[in-house]
Amino acid sequence: MTPPRERWSAIEIAFWIVPVVAYFALPTFRTFGSQVFVAGLFALSLDLILGYARIVSLGHAAFFGLGAYTAGLLAHHGFGEPLSGLAAGAVVAALAGAATSVLIVRGQDLTRLIVTLGVGLMLYEVANRAASITGGVDGLSEVPMWPIFGVFRFGLDGSTAYVYSLVVLFAVFVLMRRVVRSPFGLSLRGVREGERRMPAIGVSVTRKLVIVYTLGAAIAGIAGALLAQTTQFVGIDVLGFQRSADILIMLVVGGAGYLYGGIVGAAIFMILQDRLASLSAAYWQFWLGLLLVLLVLFARGGLIPLAEGLSRRLRDRRAKRGRGPQEAGGG
Amino acid sequence: MNVRSILRNVVVPIACMLVAVPALAQGTVKLGMVGEFSGPFAEYGQQMMNGIKAYMKVHGDTVAGKKIEIIQKDTTGPAPDVAKRLAQELVTRDGADMLIGFGLTPNAMAAAPVATEAKKAMVIMNAATSIITTKSPYIVRVSMTLPQVATPMAEWAAKNGIKRVYTAVSDYGPGLDAEAAFTKAFKAAGGEVVGSVHMPLKNPEFAPFIQRIKDAKPQAVFLFLPAGEQGVAFMKGFKERGLADEGIKLIATGDITDDGVLQSMGDSVLGLVTSFHYSAAHDSPENKAFLKAYGEVSGGKLAPNFMAAAAYDGMAAIYAALKATNGSTDGDKILAAMKGMKIDSPRGPLMIDPETRDAVQTIYIRKVEKVNGKLENVEFDKFPDQKDPGKM
Amino acid sequence: MLSHLAGILFDGVAYGALLFVISIGLAITLGLMNFINLAHGAFAMLGGYVAVMAMSRAGVPFLGALAIAFVAGGMAGVVLERGLYRYVYDRSHLDQVLFTIGLTFMAIATAAYAFGPGQQPVHLPPYLTGQVNIGGVDVGVYRLFLIVVVAAITVALSWLVEHTRFGARVRAAVDNRVAAEGLGIDVTRVFSVTFALGSALAALGGGMAIDVLGLDPTFPLKYMVYFLLVVAVGGGRTIKGPLIAALILGVFDVAGKYYVPEIGSFVIYALMVAMLAIFPNGLFGRPR
Repeated sequence: MTPPRERWSAIEIAFWIVPVVAYFALPTFRTFGSQVFVAGLFALSLDLILGYARIVSLGHAAFFGLGAYTAGLLAHHGFGEPLSGLAAGAVVAALAGAATSVLIVRGQDLTRLIVTLGVGLMLYEVANRAASITGGVDGLSEVPMWPIFGVFRFGLDGSTAYVYSLVVLFAVFVLMRRVVRSPFGLSLRGVREGERRMPAIGVSVTRKLVIVYTLGAAIAGIAGALLAQTTQFVGIDVLGFQRSADILIMLVVGGAGYLYGGIVGAAIFMILQDRLASLSAAYWQFWLGLLLVLLVLFARGGLIPLAEGLSRRLRDRRAKRGRGPQEAGGG
Repeated sequence: MNVRSILRNVVVPIACMLVAVPALAQGTVKLGMVGEFSGPFAEYGQQMMNGIKAYMKVHGDTVAGKKIEIIQKDTTGPAPDVAKRLAQELVTRDGADMLIGFGLTPNAMAAAPVATEAKKAMVIMNAATSIITTKSPYIVRVSMTLPQVATPMAEWAAKNGIKRVYTAVSDYGPGLDAEAAFTKAFKAAGGEVVGSVHMPLKNPEFAPFIQRIKDAKPQAVFLFLPAGEQGVAFMKGFKERGLADEGIKLIATGDITDDGVLQSMGDSVLGLVTSFHYSAAHDSPENKAFLKAYGEVSGGKLAPNFMAAAAYDGMAAIYAALKATNGSTDGDKILAAMKGMKIDSPRGPLMIDPETRDAVQTIYIRKVEKVNGKLENVEFDKFPDQKDPGKM
Repeated sequence: MLSHLAGILFDGVAYGALLFVISIGLAITLGLMNFINLAHGAFAMLGGYVAVMAMSRAGVPFLGALAIAFVAGGMAGVVLERGLYRYVYDRSHLDQVLFTIGLTFMAIATAAYAFGPGQQPVHLPPYLTGQVNIGGVDVGVYRLFLIVVVAAITVALSWLVEHTRFGARVRAAVDNRVAAEGLGIDVTRVFSVTFALGSALAALGGGMAIDVLGLDPTFPLKYMVYFLLVVAVGGGRTIKGPLIAALILGVFDVAGKYYVPEIGSFVIYALMVAMLAIFPNGLFGRPR
């Protein structure tokens, strides 16, 4: 699956058919599904900066939250058109991303950790202090959304939210897929593999990191706006540390640097959380922690490379048995 | 066969068979409990759930010929998006007849439109921001609001010779609400607020704030902090810096000396005067019955607090309403039954305000004392029939 | 007025000492071993619970309980280092972050299971409470105690790292593992001991901090930002970097809250951003 090619492989097409089937197969899970897509989109945005630019962030929710508040506040003050809300969320988050990238690109890993964490906490505090605008810890309610294209209303069964989130996720995904395989995206791979050598071959690493970081922030803003619109409420937790940590976990569970990793990870994480939480709510955290530890110890890079490795081994074994050359699909 | 017809003819029917909506059992009333069962607010969910279980232990699980079933859902903390989704799923998938629980304000506010749209009663068992009940006509609150408990504190202080107060509150919604209600009532009673400070929510260092207060030399400090380490840290600092020795009194709303965590706060809270609607030390047969049942369902692991008491009363309101409607769970009928309802609560007399659907109750002034080696909120004065001043 | 200022300064230094105490273990593992241990707070929490249990269940006096916490932290460090940590030493910082966040989550859930989600009571002995008046300034006794302990730890550690064979071995092992092994240094053992020292100090810091910070299962996450801040601003490699960072942050935070409480919550973050903008690798760091 690496790197995504121009043509869509069978696995990729199958991947995108799953949510379409799920819409019909699991009609009472549509709200849940829409939230999986939001998380998937958010994880995708983190994948850009973590998977492709190797920036470890503990505060990515800052941009998610900015997008959510932007879209939420627009609707709260009477402009509930969904698509322009998404765009506004993206723009605001991108501006913040560009502004903070100055601090991010210069430091080492530890500096990046604390700067991303600190910016996240600071924004949380700002949202709390500006309670007259944001609703503070009580949250921003009365976020009425207009029907999409004036037709599709956001209802209790979550159908509109499901389709809307899925379409946005897919559209952004297609865009990202093009970006990472453009010359710009390929040069990012160079950054990832050997930061020191890049200037020597005439590539400004700093500029590239700024662009990627800003792009990642913009997409996180879209994800946040999407959540605000489909929930019609903005809680201050959109800026919280827990959200930053969760999304990081979702991404690495799936596998960073594959675009699909975040979406797969988000789906697995949220289904597990939903199932495990109803079994033993209080100790969900323990199993999550154990999963992380085991992933780092035994499945470097997440589930996608793990699955790839398994399928490759399977293929090799079959090839050894002398069944002739295999089609080079998936690898 | 194209994709669409595959979907229509094959996938959909199979899927419908697999995920058939749970059959609505004739004789059950399903209560969808949305609470905080993990994360830093895990105690909220546990307290409420224990209160619910305690009520069902005393009064059985059947009312008006219907069996009461609780479906428990975890919001994982302050997560309004999750809370709203859980409420939606409870209504559309699990066939819940009412929504109950809600420890935190954002969770309740986000779920409110679900109650409105589905026309289901929603019983708030804790979340304490005043405006919540205005977010849906189907919301009933059996707990309290912050202005409701902060106002009597101001009136008591003014009545007992305290003229100059410094307010120190956590810098977030509930803290500011408490400060506003206290200041308004205290000024109305002729008192003077000589200074105020908003302390950051994530804050391990209180020394500079306490020093500021000491320098202002007020007669008393009105304090609002979330229960937990912050309250302890503040009071330790208060003692260490000798504010008590200079005659500065400390008054607060009762959530800071939450009965559930009071024992672990240690002797630094001794003598603290608070105003609140429930104390585990309240002397009444209703409270004794509640405490006994709570002890049995919790296995002694958790000490009961006001959230458990409110959940207990919430169940009492639901049972009484179901009796009145003869088992019907129709949202409008339940609401009509609950409006104006009077309950003999462990906290004392409780009424659901027919206009605001908020709790009308006695607010007690209490002092932390050591009784038989244990810390208790001992009630010594009271303000009966308090409405929520936030809506007047 | 002057005594006033002195009081604020003292409180700030004491708060800085507290910040340093909860960060020192991390400064060791990160600064000396270049390992990002976000589970540092879990070791501190362990120290806290051990100290509280030793006092309340076994009746051990406070100072004795701190000693027990120190030893328990060290032992937990050895066990975890041998069993888990050594497998991730040479991994990327991302892997280290994920691995140690995982451990932190497990520690939080375990603590909630073992001790319940609530606060633990912390009682100081009478001789460490109250205030004394020194030269017209009211000084909190426990704060003074914190400052003294921090001074002692700093001196001892600086000596250990800079003037002993052990310190030289650690520095050699971190700088160039292969060369150090060639010189006959048992790198594995050096790392084990260093890690155990860091864990023991984390636990000691936890035991000392809980009187101010409180103790509940969310401790490791709640204060993570503070110890990361101190170490990031200070830069690794030396003990004095984090110490000076902690003191600067402490003094400015306290002064900010006293003189301009309206912006009290932002001071520490603004300072962090400013300092990291000027010194991207920390005050005493150097690019890696």
